[in-house]
This record gives sequence, structure tokens and C-alpha cells, in this order.
Amino acid sequence: MTTTILDIRNLTRVHGSGEQAVHALRGVDLSVGSGELVAVMGPSGSGKSTLLTCAGGLDQPSGGEVIVDGNDLTTLSRNAVAALRRRRIGYVFQDFNLIPALTAAENVSLPLELDGMRARAARKYAEAALGEVAIPELADRFPDDMSGGQRQRVAIARAIVGERRLLLADEPTGALDSDTGEAVLQLLRDRCDQHGIAGVLVTHDARHAAWADRVVYLRDGVLVGQSGPLPEADVLLETH
Amino acid sequence: MSIKHGLLALLRAEAKYGYQLRAEFEAATGSTWPLNIGQVYTTLTRLERDGLVEAATGDGGDGRSMYEITDAGRAELVSWFETPVTREARPRDELAIKLALALAVPGVDVAAVVQRQRMATMQSLQELTRLKRVSADGGISWLLVIESMIFAAEAEIRWLDHCEAMLSRQHKPKPGQQKAAQQIRSDRHQTDAGAKR
Ligand SMILES: Nc1ncnc2c1ncn2[C@@H]1O[C@H](COP(=O)(O)OP(=O)(O)OP(=O)(O)O)[C@@H](O)[C@H]1O
Ligand SMILES: [Mg+2]
Repeated sequence: MTTTILDIRNLTRVHGSGEQAVHALRGVDLSVGSGELVAVMGPSGSGKSTLLTCAGGLDQPSGGEVIVDGNDLTTLSRNAVAALRRRRIGYVFQDFNLIPALTAAENVSLPLELDGMRARAARKYAEAALGEVAIPELADRFPDDMSGGQRQRVAIARAIVGERRLLLADEPTGALDSDTGEAVLQLLRDRCDQHGIAGVLVTHDARHAAWADRVVYLRDGVLVGQSGPLPEADVLLETH
Repeated sequence: MSIKHGLLALLRAEAKYGYQLRAEFEAATGSTWPLNIGQVYTTLTRLERDGLVEAATGDGGDGRSMYEITDAGRAELVSWFETPVTREARPRDELAIKLALALAVPGVDVAAVVQRQRMATMQSLQELTRLKRVSADGGISWLLVIESMIFAAEAEIRWLDHCEAMLSRQHKPKPGQQKAAQQIRSDRHQTDAGAKR
């Protein structure tokens, strides 16, 4: 049995109120297990980013539960959510969101240092993470001096550094060409396969979504379709 | 593409037995195009009738003979490689026809047809992608075949998105047409708007 890392139950999110209320999510259930990569697709405005920000504790749901690694984010204090975010949840944005004044290694070690880790130890973890995304040689370079694909690798390293359990990526390939995007997918896939991380990926690109074990389709804040999971050899074994 | 040209291509270098052709055809296309031995022999028989191959000396043990390509066969093969595949030469697209009919026949939930197809195509795209991953160090010709199918599946999904967008523009309700809007079950926004009024 794989353990459930992310468990979203009957999640709703209403922006604004009264006449202007926008029902971005209307009762979404989604659970993602260790080692599983799930892709979220759907038209623009269907609620994909809202789903991801709620899953990552960056946005407050209007109703329902968001359970990450056994903790219900909706009942935790702000500080507790922030701590969980630093330790357990990695977030990758379309525009990378790196701090230009910091080197790659400093960007990657930032969440660990914010969490109280000593700089030397954090640097070690950062170097390991940059090694895992295959750019160890860029540790001391600044984001402005890198290609888009390299920046996205740094952003992924920052999202996986330390002992993250959940990796959330909102259109991580949106700003990249098709081949570089494919390499990023390969990277996310490997993280899930080899480190038991649970991944959720938002993408408009079916070709990239196809790397996931499961693809779910959002429309107007509701999950309207799902494909997969693919029968995996080890899943078949587990039933015995 | 025809099995005929595939077999001619495989015979170009040397004479082969039917079972060999079958194995090599499947290896070249990464088993994405399984052939049964019966198809191979009927095709060879037709090729022989048309003078594109001929029986060569040798005996496969099962009483079958080896085949070799003729000069006419070589010419046919050259012209096949030189001629681009035309879209019209492909079989008619069943999906396009299905959607056209779904629109023409009353009472069919076209949006649901589109959504079901999207997830089914997505599923095959996932399977193809997994095939590509596990065979990353396989032969290049077989990766090319998988990629071709991946591109085709991706294009189909984009086309479905396009159809859906066209349909939803077409079905935007005008005031006083709530009833029509309510029939489009999948379009929740519109149903909600209708209910509020
Ligand atoms: N802060 C906000 N205030 C008001 N409405 C919002 C806010 N954030 C999002 N929305 C609305 O919520 C809905 C869902 O938005 P969301 O960003 O989740 O969509 P999306 O699926 O990520 O779209 P895209 O593919 O364009 O990124 C949209 O109608 C959007 O306008
Ligand atoms: Mg978005």
C-alpha cells in the first residue's frame, strides 16, 4: 500500500462575495499517494491554480479539508502551515520565482535557512539538490545568467531540497520550449519514482500531462474526468 | 502506409522467409503494428502476382519458400519513399464523423462525447509516453514510431479542445433561452446563471 500524502476533500473556494462571488472550486476531491504524479488539466479559469495554492497552503479554502502528510492545513495555525510548507511542500511556479540577488545555491538553501538550519548544512543540502537536477556546476551562478531551462531546474531543486513529501508545480513548463519542458517532466517523474514524493502538476500541454500516472480534468471548479491510473507492475504485485 | 511497402523495404537487402519478415517488421515498428503470419503470406502472394517479389531458392522447413525483391519491386519501393503521404490517402477519421453525427442527431450530449474521448485519448497518450520511457534505449526507428503516435494523440486532444470551444460559443444562450441552456448539462456556469434568473 502506498501512503496518501495529499488528501483533498470536498474543497471549495469562493473569491469575493454576493453578486461578484466567483466559485473557483466547487467540491473537489483528490488524493495523491507517495510516488504518484498527478496532472491537472482544464480550460483557463477552471480553478487549477486555485487547487494548487490551496493544496500548498498558499491560499485559504472556503470549505473542505486539505490534508498534507497527515496534517489538516485548514485547522493549523498560520505559523504551523508556514512551517509545514518549508519542510514538506515544494512549490514550482511557471515564472520560476527565484530571487535574482541570490545564487542558485542560496536560492535553494533559503527555505532550509528560514527553517533555522545553519548555513553550512543548508548549503550541503542545496548542493545535493542541484546535483539531483543535474546542474551542480551552476551552484554559484545568479538566475539572470542562466537559461530558462536552467532556472526552472534551480526552482525544482528549491522545491525538492531537504525532506519534502509533496511537490506542487503550476505550469512549470509554460515558459520552456518543448524539449526542455520534456526534460523537466522527466525530472519530476524521477523524483516521484525514486524518492516517493507525491507530485501534482498543472499543465495545458497534453504531451507533458501524459508523463503522469493519473490525469484529472477540471472544468468550472469541478473534476469532470480522470484517466489512469496505469496498471503498474508493482501495484499488481501489491494485491497478492 | 501499407504492409506491402513495409515488406518490400525489408526485402531490399536480401531474400527472406515470411516468418523473418514478420519478426523484422514488428521490430522496426516496435510491435506497435502487430502482424500475423497470415497477413504476411497473403501480402507476399499479392506482391508475387504483381511481379514485385519472386520466390527464391531455399526452404523454410515448413514448406514455405524465401522471397526476394524484383527490379519492379525496387522501383516501387523507391517511388514509395519519394512520395509524401497524403492526408486523403488515410482512412477517414471516424472521430470527426462521430462528432459531426452527434451534432446532427438530436438528443446526443456532444460535450459528454468530447469529454469521454478526451480522457480516452489522454489514456493512450499516457500509455505511449510510458512505452517511450521504458524504451528510451531501444532502437531509434521504434522511438520514431512511438513519437509519431504521441504527436497524433496530442493533436487529437488539441482538436477536441478546439471543438469544445467552438461548441460553447455556438451554444451561448441568448436572453429568454434558458431552456436551451439547461439542456447543456455539462455547462454548469450557464445552468447556474439560468437558475438564478
Ligand atoms: N484573487 C482572486 N479574486 C477573484 N477571483 C479570482 C482570484 N483568483 C482567481 N480567481 C478566479 O477564480 C477562477 C479560477 O482561477 P484559477 O487561477 O484557479 O484558474 P486556472 O485554471 O489556473 O486558469 P489558467 O489556466 O488561466 O491559469 C477564475 O475565474 C479566476 O478569475
Ligand atoms: Mg493557473
